[in-house]
Amino acid sequence: MSRATDQPTGQATAPADVLTIDGTPLGSRLILGTGGATSHASLESAIRASGTELVTVALRRVPKDGVGGLLDLLASCSVRLLPNTAGCRTARDALLTARLGREALETHWVKLEVIADDRTLLPDVVETIDAAEALVRDGFVVLPYTTDDPIAAQRLVDVGCAAVMPLGAPIGSGLGIRNPHAIELIRDLVDVPVILDAGIGTASDAALAMELGCDAVLLATAVTRAEDPEAMALAMRHAVEAGWLARRAGRIPMRRLALASSPTEGLVES
Amino acid sequence: MNVIVNGEERLVPPDTTVAGLVAALDLPSRGIAIALDRVIVPRSLWASERLSPGAEVEIVTAMQGG
Repeated sequence: MSRATDQPTGQATAPADVLTIDGTPLGSRLILGTGGATSHASLESAIRASGTELVTVALRRVPKDGVGGLLDLLASCSVRLLPNTAGCRTARDALLTARLGREALETHWVKLEVIADDRTLLPDVVETIDAAEALVRDGFVVLPYTTDDPIAAQRLVDVGCAAVMPLGAPIGSGLGIRNPHAIELIRDLVDVPVILDAGIGTASDAALAMELGCDAVLLATAVTRAEDPEAMALAMRHAVEAGWLARRAGRIPMRRLALASSPTEGLVES
Repeated sequence: MNVIVNGEERLVPPDTTVAGLVAALDLPSRGIAIALDRVIVPRSLWASERLSPGAEVEIVTAMQGG
């Protein structure tokens, strides 16, 4: 008996099967945020288990005790960096933070995040669209965190964003995808990668995102604050792959009543 | 002269350059970015850009986030 390939996504080398952002292919459809990890060791094991090739980082003032070893750690994991603009409340702040990120990390990719308030951390869509337009003009590849509003997503694409990243639920809430219909609508409306960002609590949420047609999932808390981050990272990796494969496999339609799977003829009579 | 580095006053010699400040703070040359009075100073200009008294310097790096 010949052994099947170890890679469940053995066919995923075809160009159409690879997530591509700004012409750059990424080997994983899971993007990992680094926030919330309790130690560098825990973060590193989670990154390696997740199989991710893209991780987000925040930009903050250099601590008094030096820059720390985060960048060395991430370099050793061979992941690409996606600096974010977390904490910014206005387009003006986001522009400065994005440019600092480009200078510090030598990448023109940015996860644009302009939030409205501390309680919900929901995106301020008006400021986000303003900032996105300015950043695109400045040569950035903009991946904006946005609400699950399909029209907002369309506007972000209109101003030149390379992807859209609608939320499933508020950041860190673990509530899953509260409006799957909206995520599907976004997928139908835009022609750039749709990355479900925020709200993922467990593996089934990540699988659902992919089944709804998302191209990738971005999550942090669900892994970094899990009891066992490394194990959850592995679960997320498989969930994203499973959801992606299921989406492409074409699920059966839902029915209200049963459809027998055993033959209805030739029944034994007593 | 005094400048403000990440919100805190700091005494530096007159004519200190951005590169000089980075060295004085014992920071690496990569993985950080610097804004002078809210304008980013590209790495290529660190050696020539001089701080003026009261200048506001922001020095940032990557931290866990997002």
